[in-house]
Amino acid sequence: MSTPPETITEAALVLADGSVFEGELIGSIPPSGIASGEVVFNTVLSGYQEVMTDPSYAGQIITFTYPHIGNYGATLADFESRRPFCRGVIVRDLARRESNYRSEAHLDAMLRRYGVSGIAGIDTRRLTRLLRDTGAMTGAFGTAGESALLAAAVAEPGTDGIDLVAQVTTPTSFTVGSGERRIVAYDYGIKFSIIDHLATLGTVTVVPASTTADEVLSLEPSGVFLSNGPGDPAEVGYAVEAVGQLVGRVPVFGICLGHQILSRALGGSTFKLPFGHHGGNHPVQHVASGKVEITSQNHNFCVDPDSLGSQVEVTHVNLNDHTNEGMWVVGQPAFSVQYHPEAGPGPHDASYLFGVFDAMMNDPNEWRTKPMVRRSPPARVAGLPAAERGVA
Amino acid sequence: MPKRTDIHSILIIGSGPIVIGQACEFDYSGTQACRVLREEGYRVILVNSNPATIMTDPDFADATYIEPLTADVVARIIECEKPDAVLPTMGGQTALNIAMELFARGLVGVPGTPELIGANAEAIATAEDRDKFKQAMIEIGLGVPASGVAHSMDEAVEVIKTIGLPCIIRPAYILGGRGTGIASTMAEFLDLASNGIAASPIAEILIETSIAGWKEFELEIMRDRNDNCVIICSIENFDAMGVHTGDSITVAPAQTLSDVEYQRMRDAAIACIRRVGVETGGSNVQFAVNPATGEQVVIEMNPRVSRSSALASKATGFPIAKIAAKLAVGYTLDEIPNDITKMTPASFEPSIDYVVTKIPRWAFEKLPGTSGVLGTQMQSVGEVMAIGRTFPESLQKALRSLEQGRLGLNCDPAERQFDDMSDDFLMASIRVPTPDRIFQIGELLNRRTRSIEEIHEACRVDPWFLDQMSIIIEERSALWSNHDLGAVSKRQWRRAKRLGFSDGQLAYLWGLEEADVRKAREAAGVIPTYKTVDTCAAEFAAQTPYHYSTYEDENEVRPSTKPKVIILGSGPNRIGQGIEFDYCCVHASFALRDAGFETVMVNCNPETVSTDYDTSDRLYFEPLTKEDVLNVIAAETVASGGVAPKVIVSLGGQTPLKLSGELPVGLIAGTSPRSIDLAEDREKWAVLCQSLQIPQPAGGTAIDLEQALQIVDRVGFPVLVRPSYVLGGRGMQIVHDRNHLARAMAELTGFGTLGREGGLSAERPVLVDRFLEDATEIDVDAVRDRTGEVLIGGVMEHVEEAGIHSGDSACAIPPQTLPGWVVEVIEAYTKSIAAALDVRGLINVQYAALGTTVYVIEANPRASRTVPFVAKATGVPLAKVATRVMLGATLAELREEGLLTEPVGDGHVSVKEAVLPFSRFPEVDPALGPEMRSTGEVMGIGATFGRAFFKAQLAAGTLLPTTGMVFLSLADGDKPAGIVVAQRLRAMGFGIAATAGTATHLERFGIIIDQKVGKVSEGADITAIDLIADRKVSFVINTPQGRGGRTDGEQIRKAANLHRVSSVTTVEAALAAVQGMYEQVEFDRTDQPLEVCSLQEYHRR
Repeated sequence: MSTPPETITEAALVLADGSVFEGELIGSIPPSGIASGEVVFNTVLSGYQEVMTDPSYAGQIITFTYPHIGNYGATLADFESRRPFCRGVIVRDLARRESNYRSEAHLDAMLRRYGVSGIAGIDTRRLTRLLRDTGAMTGAFGTAGESALLAAAVAEPGTDGIDLVAQVTTPTSFTVGSGERRIVAYDYGIKFSIIDHLATLGTVTVVPASTTADEVLSLEPSGVFLSNGPGDPAEVGYAVEAVGQLVGRVPVFGICLGHQILSRALGGSTFKLPFGHHGGNHPVQHVASGKVEITSQNHNFCVDPDSLGSQVEVTHVNLNDHTNEGMWVVGQPAFSVQYHPEAGPGPHDASYLFGVFDAMMNDPNEWRTKPMVRRSPPARVAGLPAAERGVA
Repeated sequence: MPKRTDIHSILIIGSGPIVIGQACEFDYSGTQACRVLREEGYRVILVNSNPATIMTDPDFADATYIEPLTADVVARIIECEKPDAVLPTMGGQTALNIAMELFARGLVGVPGTPELIGANAEAIATAEDRDKFKQAMIEIGLGVPASGVAHSMDEAVEVIKTIGLPCIIRPAYILGGRGTGIASTMAEFLDLASNGIAASPIAEILIETSIAGWKEFELEIMRDRNDNCVIICSIENFDAMGVHTGDSITVAPAQTLSDVEYQRMRDAAIACIRRVGVETGGSNVQFAVNPATGEQVVIEMNPRVSRSSALASKATGFPIAKIAAKLAVGYTLDEIPNDITKMTPASFEPSIDYVVTKIPRWAFEKLPGTSGVLGTQMQSVGEVMAIGRTFPESLQKALRSLEQGRLGLNCDPAERQFDDMSDDFLMASIRVPTPDRIFQIGELLNRRTRSIEEIHEACRVDPWFLDQMSIIIEERSALWSNHDLGAVSKRQWRRAKRLGFSDGQLAYLWGLEEADVRKAREAAGVIPTYKTVDTCAAEFAAQTPYHYSTYEDENEVRPSTKPKVIILGSGPNRIGQGIEFDYCCVHASFALRDAGFETVMVNCNPETVSTDYDTSDRLYFEPLTKEDVLNVIAAETVASGGVAPKVIVSLGGQTPLKLSGELPVGLIAGTSPRSIDLAEDREKWAVLCQSLQIPQPAGGTAIDLEQALQIVDRVGFPVLVRPSYVLGGRGMQIVHDRNHLARAMAELTGFGTLGREGGLSAERPVLVDRFLEDATEIDVDAVRDRTGEVLIGGVMEHVEEAGIHSGDSACAIPPQTLPGWVVEVIEAYTKSIAAALDVRGLINVQYAALGTTVYVIEANPRASRTVPFVAKATGVPLAKVATRVMLGATLAELREEGLLTEPVGDGHVSVKEAVLPFSRFPEVDPALGPEMRSTGEVMGIGATFGRAFFKAQLAAGTLLPTTGMVFLSLADGDKPAGIVVAQRLRAMGFGIAATAGTATHLERFGIIIDQKVGKVSEGADITAIDLIADRKVSFVINTPQGRGGRTDGEQIRKAANLHRVSSVTTVEAALAAVQGMYEQVEFDRTDQPLEVCSLQEYHRR
């Protein structure tokens, strides 16, 4: 049953450029009346809970462009990590009453339970247009006065130059699944959906981001997975170093931050996008077949494929802005994508990539000779994905 | 993959007349397809029988055939035009069925014949054949409701033994759910099963376990030939399963699905389109979800663009039909740019940052005898859509867009109708889906005597929607307690407006004038902001100014300096106001854009071409109310740096016309509101006619029975009684005696639907006029410019006599029986009336010719329903010419410019015929009368009247037979003409059956009667109904008696309707039909092929 907010607490959002938005406080009451972070937007129509609990949002305040948030409540089954790491949420309207058989709690109750503050009633479209035109910006919201909020927004360092991975990675390793094969998954901020997909391929040992290559290899993995995660790939030198030592010795598959880390490990560079990709509707073209996948995306930084030269073949390209979305390390059983084939939330179009990782682990040597780009995604013949949690 | 170069010409099949279940959404899709394919360089051939469509404008195709939509006719066009391909997915069920019939005959889709593009025959069959579809879904592992198929009653009974009751019966190959129903008892089951088998063209029904009460969803999906699939839009129905989607309030995007469930549904939709085999184009897939367990089942799939895809296109800004046409010729989604962002490709899934609500509009008040209960069979005639940032805002905007006297969910005079109803009564009422249910739910929420759980249990509407409605209701209470207008804070104003409250609602709540509320609101600084529909939730910059109002911080209307013209559209389709007015508005937009104006369209009907963002320079998807229109004018004035735009009110029918008095007079383009009022105001009009010395039927105005009786004492019976300021003969009656007059006046003054539309007052009286029996009715459309020159667009002679609503009667250009001098008198009168009213633009005048006198019935200085028909018959773009004239051009200038050309009239006759909705309402007497009930129209063009009439009938679904037995039952007054009819039928070799009275009369003139039948009401052995049911007659001529004694005739007409035996209900139509039959018999005898000819060809002659 729902536990709607009883009273309206007027609040404001102030961006570092001085823009002010009026709204109402939702979720937890922020300490000293201020919550601050880098303000980003996400355009998904459903999947707010998965987004809020995605560790890649560490340090960020998430604006939902869809106005009604909370309609179907919240359930533990949709958590993408052990808790939300975002700094806050911005919505146009928080549903007063939720309605869905899967719901275990009102979204507001979930936010309060995990100490996440939010602001509702905001003209989120105005905010999104502003962020689109000026790029990611820091901001602060709460019940404090406008000048205090502005000061907090300006003082907020954002996500550049900070190792956010260290804040979200698991302190100790843990194991999921029971397959014969062992897969080591680096947790830079890994989503549960990824672990679920990997667990269908073998026993998954999730290790902290700082784990060295030798420690990983001592586990004798059939493959190593590089997860998604928050922030700037340039700030996780230790991870880049470890991955550099793994490529060529064991099959590697990276997603999102994992993709950026792999490319930096190969000596490539990454750069910050003007306003990032945050949504569930981005078209990505599989270069070899020309086929389009509708993908879930959440990243601010991007790989510059030119910086890698002929070491890699570009396998996937974003059709909206033609930025890099995937690569294969030429002559190696190693590949990565910038987007989220595990969905959670988002379309399942790219879930075949876990099958590619499976094949790679089965016969790593094949990948040393045959270029990856000639492999088409398998035809999805009426394929309903196996991995669906929490659904009858 | 680039576009195909192996095909050069493409035949597009349209959807024909507007009928329930198939409305102007197919004009929207077909128009887009024609445009796109021509842009791509293909030769486009179009066939559609509906002259009111924009797609049949000769500019939109290389060859435009306004011909009956039958397989024979289309086959003949294929023979003449030899297209390389046929695109059957733009014309609804009609086009698919024709394509399948041609495929079965080996004329398309097989080697050596035109290729079927968009969807092939196998895909169409898989989606449309309910059993095949079900098996296909089971094969790919998708859930479907338990079901069985039957082709006979024996099979049906077998199936029900395993399925059990309640169950749904669905006939195969049927549009809009005709013949579909839910059976809870065995008696209902047997009834529905036999009707369903009869309704299906292949005598097949699907019997399905009932999942009434489950949540209903729909996904719009597109696929290209590279197997890329994208979901354009998800739609959630407010009404649970059990109400046809076309009759449901629907909301986009889906509101109550978690991402896990939504993605599962998305996967299923993709699997479905792949299995069915729609290789390119759009489809929609419907799902039902058990709210308790989340179980999903597939209900059905349409392998073509549909009403839902039109809605999805307007709801997202993604033009499904346009993209589908490109996919059909070989492009892939990633090769097509997104029109709105220009920067990104069409291979994506739109994200939206607002809520869209669609609400259907019904016409039960025009169909006495109907129950008004909604079910699995679609009954609505139109719909509105509204966009708001939240569901409450979009819901209230949609409700006031309906133009049925409601200002929102409540807070208007109509809410008083519930005052006398108990809570229990209302709880019982909401168990039954009706058009009023949403207001009943609102009333229950307002009373707070029932919980949301209890209300949900009764009506099965999801609690999320109910809670959102409750937020509106609670705001009402909060507003109610705040009576002091000056004390309303900015935050309170904003809160109310953000929940969609109109100024009118607030005025009602506070007992104030709307203007005062507006003034106070504006003083508080609360004015609407306009957001943009951009397909991407603002992720990318949008190039297309497609706006909706809401109350937020930022306004996105861009400044521009070009002179602007706002065109007010016609709102939801309804009987009496439909696609014809959309045609006029769209033509106005095209003409003004060509002339250098910036055009701004305001409308709320998602089915139309006018609400395509491509049609005008700017589109405001807004309700057509005074408040919303004034807001658009204000926003555009600001955008133009303070220069107010001109406003066109006279092309969208009664909807914008009613607003003319509410808008600043100086802004109205064309004829002044004063003249509009002069023509509408009975007293002033009578004075004007007198001064012009043009005869009028005697009459007057009355606001009560006493006044009406005084008029009758003066003019005598029969009289025509009708309310003023309505369109389509709403509430119009021919009254023969005092009792009847009392009844008629009571109905008009009562608190019926008319009462709700404003009631009677000195400003809105009832008109009582002497009715001219047996007069010939004539319609004229003309244009007058500022120099006083008048262009007579067309003079139309009606087939049916005066007294049958002009919208329901057939008419011909040029006039067929009127002497030349009468036509000249009519033209002279028209010019003099247009001058007296100082018309600048269109005027429609109706006349009745009786003997040597021409009476003027009424004049309307605005676009009429017949403007597109006239344009197609004569080749003169009347709406475009009129629009330019309204903005100051003269006819002479337009002639110079080449826009105005000489009419082509000689050498062919054009007949317009009305299409009536009776096959959907077997309980209604299909006799024609003064109240309009047709939903659409068709046009037949031929070398002679007989040929044109025959074709028009064929297009309207009335096959005029050439052999067999004709049944005649005539009213006394019709018997003389009946002799002529019977003699001609005999001469052609028809048999004749007749009722006793008619038979006796005909025998007296030497006509042999093969079969006499007794009266149904007297329990005779063999009645007309038996002959009809046994298909012993091929044609029925039954004219109603003037008064009383209708029971027999009514049953005969209903029987003909039910058993789909062609029939006519006036003797004039019988004479025309006999003429048509005669010429067809001659055609058959000389073995001539059916003649088809394109408009371009006609206009060239």
